[in-house]
Amino acid sequence: MLSYLIRRLLLMALTLFGVSIAIFLLLRIVPGNIADILFDSAGLIDPAEKAKIVADLGLDLPLYQQYWQWIGGLLQGDLGYSYVSEKPVLEEIAPRIPITAKIAALALIFSVIAGVPLGVISAVRQNTPLDYLLRVTSLSGLSMPSFWLGLLILMAFVHYLGTIPIYDREPATFMAGFTMLAVPAAAVGFRSSALIMRLTRSSMLEVLRQDFVRTARSKGLSEGAVTYNHALRNALLPVITTIGIEVAFLFGGLIVTETVFNIPGVARFLVEAIRWRDYPMVQNLVMFTATIVVVVNLIVDLIYMVIDPRIRYSE
Amino acid sequence: MAALLGRMAVACLVSAGVFAGSALAQKQGGVLKVTHRDNPPSASIHEEATISTDMPFMAVFNNLVIFDPESSQNRPDRIVPDLATSWTTEDGGKRVVFKLREGVRWHDGKPFTSADVKCTWDIVTGRVDGKMRKNPRKTWWWNIKEVTTNGPNEVTFQLGSPQPSLLVMMAGGFSPVYPCHVTGPQMRTNPIGTGPFKFVQFKQNEGIKLARNPDYWKPGKPYLDGIEYTIIPSRATAILALVAGRHDLTLTGELNPENAKEIQTQVPQMQCIVQPSNTQGNLLINRDKPPFDDERLRRALVLSIDRKAFSEILSRGVNKIGGAMLAPPEGIWGWSPEYMETVPGYGGDVEKSREEGRKIMRELGYGPDKMMPLKVSTRNVASYRDSSVILIDHLKSVYIQGELEVLDSSVWYAKMLKKDYAVGMNVQGTGIDDPDVQFFENYTCGSERNYTGYCNPELEKLYRAQSQMTDFETRKKLVWDIDKKLQEDAARPVIYQSQGATCWWPHVKGLKLAINSIYNHWRFDDVWLER
Repeated sequence: MLSYLIRRLLLMALTLFGVSIAIFLLLRIVPGNIADILFDSAGLIDPAEKAKIVADLGLDLPLYQQYWQWIGGLLQGDLGYSYVSEKPVLEEIAPRIPITAKIAALALIFSVIAGVPLGVISAVRQNTPLDYLLRVTSLSGLSMPSFWLGLLILMAFVHYLGTIPIYDREPATFMAGFTMLAVPAAAVGFRSSALIMRLTRSSMLEVLRQDFVRTARSKGLSEGAVTYNHALRNALLPVITTIGIEVAFLFGGLIVTETVFNIPGVARFLVEAIRWRDYPMVQNLVMFTATIVVVVNLIVDLIYMVIDPRIRYSE
Repeated sequence: MAALLGRMAVACLVSAGVFAGSALAQKQGGVLKVTHRDNPPSASIHEEATISTDMPFMAVFNNLVIFDPESSQNRPDRIVPDLATSWTTEDGGKRVVFKLREGVRWHDGKPFTSADVKCTWDIVTGRVDGKMRKNPRKTWWWNIKEVTTNGPNEVTFQLGSPQPSLLVMMAGGFSPVYPCHVTGPQMRTNPIGTGPFKFVQFKQNEGIKLARNPDYWKPGKPYLDGIEYTIIPSRATAILALVAGRHDLTLTGELNPENAKEIQTQVPQMQCIVQPSNTQGNLLINRDKPPFDDERLRRALVLSIDRKAFSEILSRGVNKIGGAMLAPPEGIWGWSPEYMETVPGYGGDVEKSREEGRKIMRELGYGPDKMMPLKVSTRNVASYRDSSVILIDHLKSVYIQGELEVLDSSVWYAKMLKKDYAVGMNVQGTGIDDPDVQFFENYTCGSERNYTGYCNPELEKLYRAQSQMTDFETRKKLVWDIDKKLQEDAARPVIYQSQGATCWWPHVKGLKLAINSIYNHWRFDDVWLER
């Protein structure tokens, strides 16, 4: 177990190193830099002023030197300064992380709470009107882009309730914050819940046909015990994998949702930073996201070991 | 449709009580909430050329002089004192002496003096390094030779030649007085001014907060406790937020006339004004390289353009047709409709112009069987792309087969600077409805915003001649002739002049907009909320 963990942690470090190289180079392959964008808003380019900005920001240094400056700083906890706001990157990112984290967590909770039980019900009641209804619902969730769903929700709120659930001020209480984030979380989580529902259903259908389920039933176990203690536990493995992947996908989905609901989270901030070629901001945000993804993947693998003894023993 | 929207704009101007606010009893208090479209590049007005910075931060500052806030049109004869209490001209107009207001303090408590005025113009003219990242309006101040102080309350601008437009440029929202003791980087992130509102916060992608300046030099003003701009990049969300009453006002000119109509359908009491957004769509023709180094080909290209079709397709006829100067009645320097008829390519008979264009092309060896291939470059921005597609369609009428080249915004100006294009579809704005601003910024030899590098020594003399004229009508006649010559020379053929809409709830009182500029009426010291 310990050697497995050490191996995984080393692999994580290697992955993050690769990501750092990739994002650093990709950003510099993209045409234009912050100086170009700054002048774009001014409607002109003054070559002398542009050269001064480039030199001030160290963009004229050799690539390896720029990389070393960034990664060296990152390892010491110095994330540098934003090219646009001229404030420390950490100061810009830190307040936004909890906002995105809360929406992602709420969306994930929503998708699991809705997706897994409904998937089980859909499988157990296969080919009944309820199953058809749930299948149509899940297909709708997969087909509807989250920004479109978000806009529909906003329109409905304005039309029927005369208010709009967008983030335009710091929520005063926990409940106000929860309410403000719950609607966008549901909008973005709807797609994930649909995916989880479909996957749980198909996985359950497969497991329910297996011999050990028949054996369990023939032993006289109740239908609930068969479904939840025997079938669901075995059907959950692919679902857990999907939930792990969805964490990364949720982040992608949040870019659009944060824009529609005007949430000042890291996802929307990342897109803006890319547009401005704000290298320190983009590099550090991508590293942050990559870290979350690899950590979540590690957690998923550890959960595998807990759920499935075969994996635990083979390790 | 155009007529309907036009009537709507006029009706709104009247019904909004745009000019009637001062007759009502003003109420103190409340925070004005405004939607904003994007993240301003910085808070330093002198370093930016976008309404995204100008509108939110203008209220932090004062100018030496301003356009009369009570007037609906920015005009040279409607300029009133701001930080200057009076001004006189000497030496035949070559020296302008300003008496400054006493007892004014910066938001950090330091006193405002003539040194701050000198400092500001020494920086924007490029004589002193103010640690600005960029200086987009350096060309405005070409005529200032020196700024001198005479004690703490008097400052003199020594000009190379008399220039009535100097005061016009000083009165615009882009010309605030900066404090000498605050650095350039701080002005970008934490600006200090003398204006009615103090800077509180500017959070990227989130918003901007301003708070009432209790020590403002205008007694009893401002009425508002503060102003909050929320950055809402999604226009659909911003409209819904306005309709739901979460915001009181939209970023000026950000909505299109159709949006305004839709909002007023949902909320009939909403006040909206459709006005020129001070931007125009124009063509950049690279006259330094083949094939457009040939004057005949440039002329043929210009003759293919149907400006009315552009306006109809892009804005259902709301966009205006005009030259470099803003068309009347909003603009004060634009051609009269009768004069416009005499400008090649502006007459009503488009087919006749195109026939003339085809004749030129046939002489050059092109025809329906031998179309001239042409790459039309533009930025990857919807308004640019849409215009380019229409242009490519029009070019076919004179045997030119266009191909669209869409460029990322980050490389657009670099490509212009390198003259690495044949024809470019461009959209650009100017801050003030004034000939000096337009000609010296965009058409004079060597200006950084003269992307095509058009340089006509004969016109250079005329630019300077009109700049010195004090008689409005005589100057206007010369401006019309210059503008006509610019269009004839295809210096930067103007295709359309855009219109934008601004909406606000009727409880916002005292808001007075100008019909010929979106950049100059955002001091907010007369605005109050009637809730």
